[in-house]
Amino acid sequence: MLVTRAAQALSNASEFKTRSFNATKWNTLLVLVSLLFSIPLAVVFGSILFPEKEVWTHLSDTVLTDYIGNSLALLIGVGFFSLLLGVIPAWMVTMYRFPMSRQLEWALLLPMSIPAYIIAYSYTGALDVAGPFQTMIRALTGWHYRDYWFPEVRSLGGAIAMLSLVLYPYIYLLARAAFIEQSICVLEVSRTLGCNTVDAFRRVALPLARPAIMVGLSLVVMETLADYGTVQYFGVSAFTTGIFRTWFGLGNSMAAAQLSALLLVFVVFFLYLEKRSRRQARYHHTSSRYSRLMQQQLSKGQGTIALSVCAAPVVFGFIIPVGLLINWSLDTYSSVLGKDFYALLFNSLLLAFITSILALFIALFMAYSNRNSQSVINRMMVRFVSMGYAIPGTVIAVGVLIPFAWFDNTLDRILMDNFNINSGLLISGTVFTLIFAYLVRFLAVSINTSEAALGKIKPVMDEVAKTAGMVPANIVKRIHMPMMRGSLLTALLLVFVDVLKELPATLILRPFNFNTLAVRTYELANEELLADAAVPALAIVMAGIIPVILISNSISKSRPGNKSSQ
Amino acid sequence: MNKLLLISLLFIQQLSFAAEVNVYSARKEALIKPLFDQFTKETGIQVNLVTGEADTLLKRLEVEGRNSPADILLTVDVARLIRAKESGLFQQTDSDVLDKAIPEYYRDSDKQWFGLSLRSRVIIYAPDRVKASELSNYADLANKKWKDRICVRSSSNVYNQSLVAAMIANEGLEKTEAWAAGLVKNFARKPKGGDRDQIKAVAAEVCDVALVNTYYLAGMLASNQEDEVEAAKKIKLFWPDQAGRGAHMNVSGAGILKPSKNKKEAIQLLEFLVSDYAQHWYADTNYEFSINLAIDSSSILKSWGDFKADKLNLSLLGKYNRDSVLLMDRVGWK
Repeated sequence: MLVTRAAQALSNASEFKTRSFNATKWNTLLVLVSLLFSIPLAVVFGSILFPEKEVWTHLSDTVLTDYIGNSLALLIGVGFFSLLLGVIPAWMVTMYRFPMSRQLEWALLLPMSIPAYIIAYSYTGALDVAGPFQTMIRALTGWHYRDYWFPEVRSLGGAIAMLSLVLYPYIYLLARAAFIEQSICVLEVSRTLGCNTVDAFRRVALPLARPAIMVGLSLVVMETLADYGTVQYFGVSAFTTGIFRTWFGLGNSMAAAQLSALLLVFVVFFLYLEKRSRRQARYHHTSSRYSRLMQQQLSKGQGTIALSVCAAPVVFGFIIPVGLLINWSLDTYSSVLGKDFYALLFNSLLLAFITSILALFIALFMAYSNRNSQSVINRMMVRFVSMGYAIPGTVIAVGVLIPFAWFDNTLDRILMDNFNINSGLLISGTVFTLIFAYLVRFLAVSINTSEAALGKIKPVMDEVAKTAGMVPANIVKRIHMPMMRGSLLTALLLVFVDVLKELPATLILRPFNFNTLAVRTYELANEELLADAAVPALAIVMAGIIPVILISNSISKSRPGNKSSQ
Repeated sequence: MNKLLLISLLFIQQLSFAAEVNVYSARKEALIKPLFDQFTKETGIQVNLVTGEADTLLKRLEVEGRNSPADILLTVDVARLIRAKESGLFQQTDSDVLDKAIPEYYRDSDKQWFGLSLRSRVIIYAPDRVKASELSNYADLANKKWKDRICVRSSSNVYNQSLVAAMIANEGLEKTEAWAAGLVKNFARKPKGGDRDQIKAVAAEVCDVALVNTYYLAGMLASNQEDEVEAAKKIKLFWPDQAGRGAHMNVSGAGILKPSKNKKEAIQLLEFLVSDYAQHWYADTNYEFSINLAIDSSSILKSWGDFKADKLNLSLLGKYNRDSVLLMDRVGWK
């Protein structure tokens, strides 16, 4: 409903091709909005202008190579495993019927509701040397710590595993939506041309889904680079560790911002590589004729294999860690639940709801402007805005803090000088600041998703509709929206869950006496009170699950040829 | 547009007229809010709280400038108090109550910050593998006999930074660097986890000795989690350097901020935090030592016996904080 209405509003804007006056206004608005959300990133980049030579010399002499090496290893490891865990199950549940395949469709999304540092804490609690599992081994065998080998959870490999397990759903979600949206005709044609199903996947479906998968992968990569909680707990010196060490340990926030800017260079490089490898290729749907997707029934043996492949990420990414959390909660829930707790839940949900809707509106606005515009500057600005996702929340928060406080203080001074009115800090330290920071950080998610969705709609369709006498509002409503519905819901969901999990920006920017589930979880987990942290952590997961399931269902129904969606 | 305006108005900070005091706290909510609630009950003054990492709170204060709503900054270690002082965030606070309750070396000579509770960083050991007589002081942990036997958390942790800063203040930079290099060679594993993790690692025979803060050990002994209690019971506490300067001490503390608009209430709150009630609460709930060590502490703390505390002026820990971080980077203390 909301989405459709948003689209109508936007469609008024896409009329600009016929009315040039509007085009200017539209463009100005795009520039203004992009500029607004670029401010915090510009603050981060601006830090480069004031090089902290002494700190840099020290870093490059001692720890910088370590930071870069570990971050690269994380990046490659998490990218690889997330692709594996995301794409293959997405294809399987879309194309085949096997035991539990219907349940797995949505269950595969569940791990995304778990914050990375929480899954890290739970696995460490269970599998560490001092945890119940290894203690049991020692008790049963009489071995001592040095008598046996056991994989170390808190290591680079462990960090790769943890991050992959909670991040693969980004790829799965987008890949699945892409597979579902694909015209069955293409696949059928490929079969008549002699492709078996594996070939159809490799040579037809995969290349067609590539833009969507790449969007997912770039989100995974950026989230990995921005992660601090996991690497810090695991003692892996990654880039973010360096940022915070430079800031907190050396008291130099300027050099920390410069490290963040360097991090951005990583991201730009990655995005460039992706763009280049895609060259001039465009991926449009060639037809809007869809027929019902016929899923192939697998034999018993094949079915069992498919089941285990698709169930593994759910078991390790969700069932086991949540089981551990539930186990810990049993001891502590009575002391944690209370009136206060429901306030936390309410705050978290409200923030997630408002932010995800705003992010979708803004992203659609940007995606539509870019679609119709040839302006390179516009494109670059939108790209720039979507880099916030790769910057650690703490750094973004400071980028928000500085300009907002400057605005407040300047306004206060002007009012004081002229009218003797003390306005104090008007917007700093309010929920408004917080939502703004979330948008800066998470807009990338909705922008990328909306652009990928819109990119798949062939411009020719619009032209045809226009010659048929359709007004732009109708084109958006009756042609674009049905085709994009799944992707837009995906964007909504991703931001919603991301905000639920968000910690560092919330911690810095929140108003007095304002807590969220993530803040409470962190405060307890950070004091190493894992059992107490389990209840609010579970609440984050639960709050995230409901929209995950709802939206997963409507994505399944979003396939244009699907009768049940009519 | 009108609706938008209305919504944004809702978000704008509410003005309040009741007596109140606004606190930015690096101490976690669960470890300070109960005290504030008691203060409100006694005085009717409302306490508004934001918690966060000390350095991000400092940044927020710095950026908010003269219009910052905060009256008090609370931190859990002295280095951050000094960083706040050096950034010019604190103002002078004159209070006989504070001066009397807090020993000189646990508060700022310019009356800008005050220690409120005490903790010590001590050696713990596995009694089945280490005899107490083998232990002596921090310096001894660099001795070759401890090779592959020591656990300690990352050098990003401020308690480690303060310990090393204290060594620099006492022994000088060069000697400390040699010591740290020796210590790192004795690590049983790469630093990871928190202080409780180190205690559990000693209990699980990963290492034989570890450096931890006292309240973590006490917290584990008093935990409602069986495995925590069990692990804590397997190890023993050793008071380091009793023949020398004494055990390394750190404070949690606070200061009143320059832009404070509720200074009277802020002073009242600080004075409440050194009252007998609050000091007992620190000891009973979070197992910290009372700031003047004279007040009766909880039974767990008492069970460790009397000890000699290093009386090093804590301002020096702030002074050498940066040096300590650079030093630990150089010797490869992750």
